[in-house]
Amino acid sequence: MLDYLWVFLIGGLICMIGEVLIITTNITSARILVTFELLGVFLQAVGLFDPISAFAKAGINVPIVGFGASLAKGAIGAVKTYGLLGVFTGGLAATAGGIAAAVVFAFVFALIFKSHTKK
Amino acid sequence: MENKQRNLAYNNYVKEKIPKTKAWPSLFYSFLVGGAICLLGQGINDLLLLAMPNISQQSAWGYTLIILIFVASLLTGLGVYDQIGKVAGGGSIVPITGFSNSIASPSIEFKSEGIVYGICVKMFSIAGPVIVFGTVASAGVGLIYWIISLF
Repeated sequence: MLDYLWVFLIGGLICMIGEVLIITTNITSARILVTFELLGVFLQAVGLFDPISAFAKAGINVPIVGFGASLAKGAIGAVKTYGLLGVFTGGLAATAGGIAAAVVFAFVFALIFKSHTKK
Repeated sequence: MENKQRNLAYNNYVKEKIPKTKAWPSLFYSFLVGGAICLLGQGINDLLLLAMPNISQQSAWGYTLIILIFVASLLTGLGVYDQIGKVAGGGSIVPITGFSNSIASPSIEFKSEGIVYGICVKMFSIAGPVIVFGTVASAGVGLIYWIISLF
């Protein structure tokens, strides 16, 4: 049960930091996503992500920080297996599931639903 | 000089028109919604591991993220996610569901411009930078590791 509390607290905190950035700098959502993604790439590259992830679980894997970490982890893993080829194949291969799911569902739902005009 | 004054007046006008987010409630809601989405992810992940004990933790995360992406795309299609986003701000942008929303939302909005030039082109108007920066950064990290591994 305590695990779930940490997931909630850490996940909430990461999102709140995003909101602080939005309020203080009027940054756009694309920049927010890129910032947190690159944070994840960095944390994974220096080896800090896995210890945090073991503790925070979904609290850091569900935020886009986890997506960035997968990119870096994939690249590092693929370099170990395939050498130089892995530099190019590793990142996208590790995150292919997420990207493909987002593209497929967006395409299908865009065909089904009509736009809700923003008021 | 006149230009400078005009710019100043314009900047003040823009400042007036920018929607003001009330700081404290929005921080609270972004924490609440962001935490809840992560909690939901952990719940899905644990249920998957219970239902399919044979899959690895990594596969379970894969399924979890795809389910979250599915739900977020559906809620975007129904117009619900944008309503959540109005209140939650960062809480709805930072999780992977925000990435999913950033792809689904413009595809649906620009559907009227056609399948190719509407849906397919606009799909990446927000997510494009995320994929570009991610790919470049991961290649950079991979390259550094490759160079280190040479020695």
